[in-house]
Amino acid sequence: MSRPKPEPVHLVKGRRDAALRALVSGVPYIQFLGIEFDRRGDELTAVMRYDDKLIGNPLIPAIHGGVTAAFLEVAAIMELSWTLLWEEMEAGLIDLTGPETVLPRLPKTIDFTVDYLRSGLPRDAYARARVNRSGRRYASVHVEAWQDNRAKLFAQATGHFLMPDREE
Amino acid sequence: MDEAKLKQARMFIEAIPHARALGMRLDAIGGGAAELSMEWREDLVGDPRTGVIHGGAVSALLDTCCGAAVMSHPEAPAGTATIDLRIDYMRAATPRQRITARAEVYHITRTVAFLRATAHDEEAGLPVASATGAFTVERPKGGAQ
Repeated sequence: MSRPKPEPVHLVKGRRDAALRALVSGVPYIQFLGIEFDRRGDELTAVMRYDDKLIGNPLIPAIHGGVTAAFLEVAAIMELSWTLLWEEMEAGLIDLTGPETVLPRLPKTIDFTVDYLRSGLPRDAYARARVNRSGRRYASVHVEAWQDNRAKLFAQATGHFLMPDREE
Repeated sequence: MDEAKLKQARMFIEAIPHARALGMRLDAIGGGAAELSMEWREDLVGDPRTGVIHGGAVSALLDTCCGAAVMSHPEAPAGTATIDLRIDYMRAATPRQRITARAEVYHITRTVAFLRATAHDEEAGLPVASATGAFTVERPKGGAQ
């Protein structure tokens, strides 16, 4: 009995990277904040490169609390959207490599609570989100952000989201 | 709040690089309350299908507005930072409409200020979002502790 040949790695990576690019590049506000996403398999890390316009207190200087909230919210929404997209993509139900890509609808934030643990330093910041619960209508997502040390979070947040309708 | 302090608050808000990047305008301030607004902009959109501004941009406006309200409190904190902020998104902000945030300190202790805030677009009635937050109260160095 012969097993089907595994899919060539460049095809797998190409498909996943194209899907992620399509999801991220379509949102102007993500570009405005300069947030990018690193992907390892299905794991995403949001990266916010330091820029002077992100500063909230020029005296310290520290990253604006609103920027921190926005960064965490972007990371949470992307993780949730990516999780939804991943299953459909891997099952071959959607193709995001073509030029006429129709993107899935994005989840809507119901509420978002940010816990500020230390001031954001003027350097790159990273965030990873975890979908704690994802039902047909609602999802709960936790997200953590750090800078120099992974164990020393500068902020964390929990948000609830309304899932997008499956069909148009 | 006297004129000099009001002017100082305006200068303080306008010196915040991120407030400038979002085009925030201080509309009113004093007595532990503040009103801050910003224009809808294409580069702040969170959902390209609908043109609705990203929740993060609304959060930034609400956070700044809360900070300004703390700074304007009669107890005159020397500085403030966000401890926690919870935002409820009640409805999508109408694209191309200005967003206005209002925040007030409803209680302040020696160390913590408690705030409530709302964000409206140009349609009266139900806010786009509401927020509650806790902010630090920094005391001037060498002053009464």
